[in-house]
Amino acid sequence: MKRLLFIFLLMMSGSGYAVDTRQLSDPEQQETYETLTKELRCLVCQNQTIADSNAELAGDLRRQVYEMLQQGKSREEIVQFMTDRYGDFVLYKPAFKGKTSVLWIAPVVFLLMGLITVFFVIRRKKVAANLHSQTGALGMDVEKQKKIRNLLEKGDPS
Amino acid sequence: MLKFIIPLILFIILAVFLALGLNLKPSEIPSPFINKPAPVFSAPKLNAPEEKLSPADLKGKVWLFNVWASWCVSCRAEHPVLNELAKQNAAVIVGLNYKDEPNDAKNWLETLGNPYNVSIMDQDGRIGIDYGVYGVPETFVIDKKGLIRYKHTGPVTAEDVQQTFLPLIAKLQAEP
Repeated sequence: MKRLLFIFLLMMSGSGYAVDTRQLSDPEQQETYETLTKELRCLVCQNQTIADSNAELAGDLRRQVYEMLQQGKSREEIVQFMTDRYGDFVLYKPAFKGKTSVLWIAPVVFLLMGLITVFFVIRRKKVAANLHSQTGALGMDVEKQKKIRNLLEKGDPS
Repeated sequence: MLKFIIPLILFIILAVFLALGLNLKPSEIPSPFINKPAPVFSAPKLNAPEEKLSPADLKGKVWLFNVWASWCVSCRAEHPVLNELAKQNAAVIVGLNYKDEPNDAKNWLETLGNPYNVSIMDQDGRIGIDYGVYGVPETFVIDKKGLIRYKHTGPVTAEDVQQTFLPLIAKLQAEP
């Protein structure tokens, strides 16, 4: 138990440290810096943000963001600067436009498709169940079964 | 009948998407620079740091802009191909020595040969950022008007030269 706890704590500790410790004097800019570096993709190690990555390029891009903020550039200007150079791929949250619309719409479409399928499956089951309760155990018309029973009991009158 | 056709169609669609996904190369990011002017820089030459080069100096010429570094392993694989290409004198080859030590870079060119008409230095990687460089080596083809017409990510192979670079260069040389 103690060992498990230890391992767990070890696993938790890693995420606490940021790769770099740049500080901007303006707390608002510091916040922009922190959110921006978490939204820009490190293009070398594609599934990390530049805030998470230790790659050289990530370091250079962090420096770029930092310097642009110091020059008083806005968040939008920095995002524009990055997409001008690296394309939409650099953004973890790409802007909604023609090229990226599939990215945004596809999950909704798939969810809808799933819901519609579930709806139809449930409806079909319900119809089947209703049919079942109207018919007898053999899955035949109640009328017909009565007839059969009669025939079996009394014999063919003809 | 429909019961079988719908899952079959869904399966085929899924299979097509997965097949496309398998063949995509996520490491090759489409460059937003195609048909845009080559970003401006003014950088010191590797062999003569007091002299500077900027894209304006190359107006009217078709040139290749090859990003390289002595620490880059794939560049070593690419280097003989560039040496061969340089012999053909098809276009000016400009090297961007990216985040490198000038002495290491000079040694590298001395031992492996120098395919570059000129190499410029980008020690802090700023020119690299302006060109959207994310993996070395990268090669840009720039036309006479100074527009980037093609970008190749990763080492250029002999086939790439024959199939892509030489035909493209010939086409661009024929443009006014």
